[in-house]
Amino acid sequence: MKCQKCDKPATFHITDLVDGEPKEVHLCEVCAKDFLAPITQDSDSAMPEMAGLLAQQLAIGQTAEELAELDQRVCPVCGISFLEFRKQGRLGCPHDYVHFAKELEPLLVNIHGETQHVGKTPRRGGANAEQQTQLIRLRREMKEAVTKENYERASEIRDEIRSIEQAS
Amino acid sequence: MSLDFETMAHDCGEWLRASGPESDIVISSRVRLARNLTDFPFIARASESDREQIEQILHARIEALQAAGKLPAATPGGELHYINVGKLSEVDRQFLVERQLISREHAEAEGARAVVIDGGERFSVMINEEDHLRIQVMHSGLDLETAWKEINQIDDLLEEQVNYAYNDRLGYLTACPTNVGTGIRVSVMLHLPALVITRQIDKVFRSLQKINLAVRGLYGEGSQAMGDFYQISNQVTLGMPEEELLKKVADVVPVLLEYERQARDFLIRESQETLHDRVSRAFGILRTAQTISSEETLHLLSSVRMGVNLGLIGDVAIPTVNKLFVHTQPAHLQKLAGMELDQSDRNIERASYLRRHLNGGKPPAGAN
Ligand SMILES: [Zn+2]
Ligand SMILES: [Zn+2]
Repeated sequence: MKCQKCDKPATFHITDLVDGEPKEVHLCEVCAKDFLAPITQDSDSAMPEMAGLLAQQLAIGQTAEELAELDQRVCPVCGISFLEFRKQGRLGCPHDYVHFAKELEPLLVNIHGETQHVGKTPRRGGANAEQQTQLIRLRREMKEAVTKENYERASEIRDEIRSIEQAS
Repeated sequence: MSLDFETMAHDCGEWLRASGPESDIVISSRVRLARNLTDFPFIARASESDREQIEQILHARIEALQAAGKLPAATPGGELHYINVGKLSEVDRQFLVERQLISREHAEAEGARAVVIDGGERFSVMINEEDHLRIQVMHSGLDLETAWKEINQIDDLLEEQVNYAYNDRLGYLTACPTNVGTGIRVSVMLHLPALVITRQIDKVFRSLQKINLAVRGLYGEGSQAMGDFYQISNQVTLGMPEEELLKKVADVVPVLLEYERQARDFLIRESQETLHDRVSRAFGILRTAQTISSEETLHLLSSVRMGVNLGLIGDVAIPTVNKLFVHTQPAHLQKLAGMELDQSDRNIERASYLRRHLNGGKPPAGAN
């Protein structure tokens, strides 16, 4: 397959979002770099090319179908899709590190060379942090239940929220 | 507690006082930690009401710590100022950027956001920047160890009040995967004019990048930094403890100092007249110009700063020169003048400010 912007062989198969519709783009390495130039930059600019790096990682060894499927995956807690993360280079909530763990791993290896934290740990809260992250989902669901006037469900969720809050 | 930017403008932060070790070349040492609350979405996904809630929670917690007399332990300046960044004018936001108390992104963002600053401007906490919390401690000269001790203590205090997003495998969870793990960014700001003049700076940067250190110019974009100020920081945040990441940056500084000093010696030895001429001309222009841009000022002040350090210019002190780098920035000039100024008025005001501060009270022979 040839690059869509020049005549070199296309080695990057990227799923882009055009008017809300996923669309496949096939590019050579040079054109892919331009295409993937990040929209926003890390304020400390330590790794401004992160977003491009990320998409590269994903593009290698995956078919367009696999990528398109991956891009549609959504975090159940904050609702971010993998495609949205790829576009902005920023995650939506702490749970994304769990939900997209497999996909993020090659990226973390590329950036840090490691995938296991060593160093400071919080003296408290750390252990049930993931459970508390579920509060993001519960608050969202409670709001939805109220909007749908499903007050019974809303009150169930409220109790669940309270029990998590009290446990912390 | 409210803060009067006009009064603040006359002084400068602790980190510019040139009081720390190696402060002829090392301007400042900074440690920053990225932290998030575990029960809120990251900023990119947060609604305005989420942002307001995060801001309120953190505001209340920080005020409680202050009321309990805990936070000033790390801040000899005493009082803390809580500033609602969203409510500031553009000039005031720019003012905080120029003092390195907030990032450009934080200044330009939208929605509920704040910054907490201690009286000595040694530490600041940005709320709702890229992460919910960006804690920073800044010291004059080469002093990473103390900066880390202080920020670690502040982090401990905050952590008693809130639940941070954290997991055992990946450590502190951040909005961008480049910060995950320790969430730490250790950096030193260096003044490297001789390496720039002798065209060795790119070579130095390439070798830094090979050992996973990031380099960026302080003002302006890219590797050609304006004013020859460069910030060196760790690129990796995961898989190494904080102390080791700190050491990685700290270990390379003496090497860079040695290179810069060698380059200065070389210039003195091989082309003292050219160097002396360059420095004297820069000083002459700054003392006599009637209108001058911010870019030209940075460029010339850099030569003057090196000239003072090499003993080629006698009647100016380094803290004065450091201060001028910040005071001649657009927002500072306007605060010091007490009025808004457009660009051409700023250039006139800047020249006048420089003449007043570099002539030791008396005009040089033949100028105004
Ligand atoms: Zn191409
Ligand atoms: Zn999420």
